[in-house]
Amino acid sequence: MADTGQINRPLSPHLSIFRHWMNMMMSIVHRITGVGLGLTGILLVWWFLAAAVSAEYFAFVDDILTSWIGLLVLTVSLWAFWYHMLNGIRHLRWDMVKGMGIGEYARAGWITIIGSVVLTLITIFVAI
Amino acid sequence: MVELTLPKNSRMTVGKTWPKPVGAKNVRTFNIYRYDPDSSANPRVDTYFVDIDSCGPMVLDALIKIKNEIDPTLTFRRSCREGICGSCAMNIDGKNTLACIYGMDEIKGDVKIYPLPHMPVVKDLIPDLTHFYAQHASIMPWLETKTNRPAAEWRQSIEDRRKLDGLYECVMCACCSTACPSYWWNSDRYLGPAALLHAYRWIIDSRDEATGERLDELEDPFKLYRCHTIFNCTRTCPKGLNPAKAIAEIKKLMVERTM
Repeated sequence: MADTGQINRPLSPHLSIFRHWMNMMMSIVHRITGVGLGLTGILLVWWFLAAAVSAEYFAFVDDILTSWIGLLVLTVSLWAFWYHMLNGIRHLRWDMVKGMGIGEYARAGWITIIGSVVLTLITIFVAI
Repeated sequence: MVELTLPKNSRMTVGKTWPKPVGAKNVRTFNIYRYDPDSSANPRVDTYFVDIDSCGPMVLDALIKIKNEIDPTLTFRRSCREGICGSCAMNIDGKNTLACIYGMDEIKGDVKIYPLPHMPVVKDLIPDLTHFYAQHASIMPWLETKTNRPAAEWRQSIEDRRKLDGLYECVMCACCSTACPSYWWNSDRYLGPAALLHAYRWIIDSRDEATGERLDELEDPFKLYRCHTIFNCTRTCPKGLNPAKAIAEIKKLMVERTM
C-alpha cells in the first residue's frame, strides 16, 4: 500500500460501521450457499454410494440422512439450491448488462429471496 | 486479504464527551471518529452536541459548527460545499457520502461519522488517498490518439457524446471504492469501482484510439475481475452514478472482443 507516512497509520473501520445493505448480504449468502451446496453434494454422493455397497450400509446412511438433523440439513440445502440458482440467473443477466439500473438490482433481489422460499416449499410438498 | 477485524492499533476506544450548548432547545448528538497522529493513543469516538436551531441543514454545516464553536482540533477535508469537489467524502450513518450534500434530516437518531472505510487514516476524518489516486492514474485518464492532431478540436457526434453521460460526472470522492468489500480485501491489486468507471469512460469515448490497449491493461484476474457485482458502489455513490454497470460493460467488451 502506498502509505506515504513514516508512522504506522491506523486502518479506518469497515464492516463494523458500514450499513449492512441487502445487496451486500445477498452477495455473501450467494457465496456461502455455493460452498454449502458443494458439501451437500458430497453427502448425496455418499447416500447413492451406500446404496451401491450393501443394504445394511444403505440403511445406516439412510438413518443418518432421514434423522431430524439430516432432514434439517437437506431442507436448508434445498433452499440454498434455489437461492443459488435464482441469484445465479440474476448474475448471468448482469453479465449481459441487464437489470443493473439503480433500484432494478434490488427488485430482482427480492424476487430471488421470496422465490427461493416459495420454490423450497413447493419442492417439499411435491416430494411428500 | 479478508480480515474481518481491525488491527490492534486501529481499534476504537470511547473518547471525550464535549459539553452541551447552553440554552439550546434542539440538540443533536454527533459521534465522530478521532485520531491524533501526534499521540500514541488508539483512535477514539468523541461525542458532540450541536444546537440544530443555529446550524445549517447539512452534515458539513454541523462539522464546521463543531470546529468553529466547540473543538477547533476536529480535522476534515472540505471545499466547495456543493457536491462538486468530492473533498468531504466520509462515512455518515453507515453510508459513504459527501457531508456537504447529505442532510441531517435524512438521519434517524445520533449522527455517526467515520472516515471512508478500510483506509489508512492521516488524522480524524482524513484518509490517505495516495494509492487510490495512483490507481486512477494507472488507467490513463486522458485522451489517447494516434492520428494527427486535427486543425481544430477532436469532433464527436451528439450520440457519441451522450455515451459519456453518467460517467464524466464522477468527482473522484472515493465513496464507491471504499464501500466495496472486494476493494477492502484486495485494494492492492483490484482497481476498484472509481478507477474502473473512469477506465470505461475513456474506453467508450469515440475520440479515443487506444481502446485495445486499455482493455489489454485490464485483462487481469485482479484489476478488473475482483468485481463480484455486489452493488455497494452504485448504492453509495453521492452523485447517483452506476459504477457497477460501467464495470459490467467492460467485462462484456472483454468477452465480445474474443468472439
